[in-house]
Amino acid sequence: MCTMIAKQVAFEGSGKGRDDWFEVRQLNVSYDHPYHARDEHALNIDFVNESQGPGARVAVELTPEAARKLIQTINDILAQAEAAGHIPAEK
Amino acid sequence: MYTTDQREAMQAETVDISGAKGEKINAYFARPTTPGKFPGMVLIHHAPGWDEWYKECTRRFAHHGYITITPNLYFRDGHGTPEDVGAKVRAAGGVADDQVLGDLEGALKFIRSQPNLNGKVGVFGTCSGGRHGFLAACKLKGIDALVECWGGRVAASKEELTPKQPVAPIDLTKDLSCPMLGLFGNDDKAPSPEQVNRHEEELKKAGKNYEFHRYDGAGHGFFYYDRPPAYRAEQAVDGWKKIWAFLPKHLGA
Repeated sequence: MCTMIAKQVAFEGSGKGRDDWFEVRQLNVSYDHPYHARDEHALNIDFVNESQGPGARVAVELTPEAARKLIQTINDILAQAEAAGHIPAEK
Repeated sequence: MYTTDQREAMQAETVDISGAKGEKINAYFARPTTPGKFPGMVLIHHAPGWDEWYKECTRRFAHHGYITITPNLYFRDGHGTPEDVGAKVRAAGGVADDQVLGDLEGALKFIRSQPNLNGKVGVFGTCSGGRHGFLAACKLKGIDALVECWGGRVAASKEELTPKQPVAPIDLTKDLSCPMLGLFGNDDKAPSPEQVNRHEEELKKAGKNYEFHRYDGAGHGFFYYDRPPAYRAEQAVDGWKKIWAFLPKHLGA
């Protein structure tokens, strides 16, 4: 790709793919060419399971502003859930 | 020049070729089937993948009288939609230069084995394929003309080098073995106009045969009619004219 700014992280979760749900095993994050977003580069997040082939993928392509908003929103929700005792507080 | 009384014939299909380390990869192959000798072209697909645009582009070159092949540089990354396979490669930081060069060498060999080849072979690439094209024209033997369209990271800084892409192609400029046409958009960020300037300075310094055309109002990928935010019709039409004027001079179409 053109920037090569990318990271792959082992990951666990569930994703709704093209046909059905699948076990997510890897998180791929890049700042590179998107497929659908209008900008030349985007913050691309792919939740994948390589053992099921390249099609096992849940994708989003975000502007840097949207990506930061996503991080903030996730942190806010996790903090709220922690405060309510739904998940153990982070040590 | 086209005339309405021309009798055209073309065949286009997927073929298997021998790529890097002799491994099998697939490729899209289109060629005129009318009698006569024709020049060859190897097309190098862009970072988004071995996609429909590149298949159409392969047929376009064949329509213009070139025996043309576009190897699938992502063959080893599995099969699926070009987007899904391309996203996988993107996450892995692209494909290794050595592997790409091996695959391109295989594609060149395939073209050179065609009985109706006139003996000349050119290379065309866009985006990461533009970078690969420049790299190939500096490192591989038997390339007679290069069309580099907005090659990203040709002028990469030391910090941008990776184990898969360990050299900045610009540092190999002295080894460029053929005439080169470069097309760039002035609104592009990769390569930026400043990087294109450096690319040109090195070519000039090394005394290479090149022509660069830079387009105002165009950014990265301005040929891609399937990507409305990037496509610039006027600049693309002019760019294609430049290509069809450049290649026959060096490949004898």
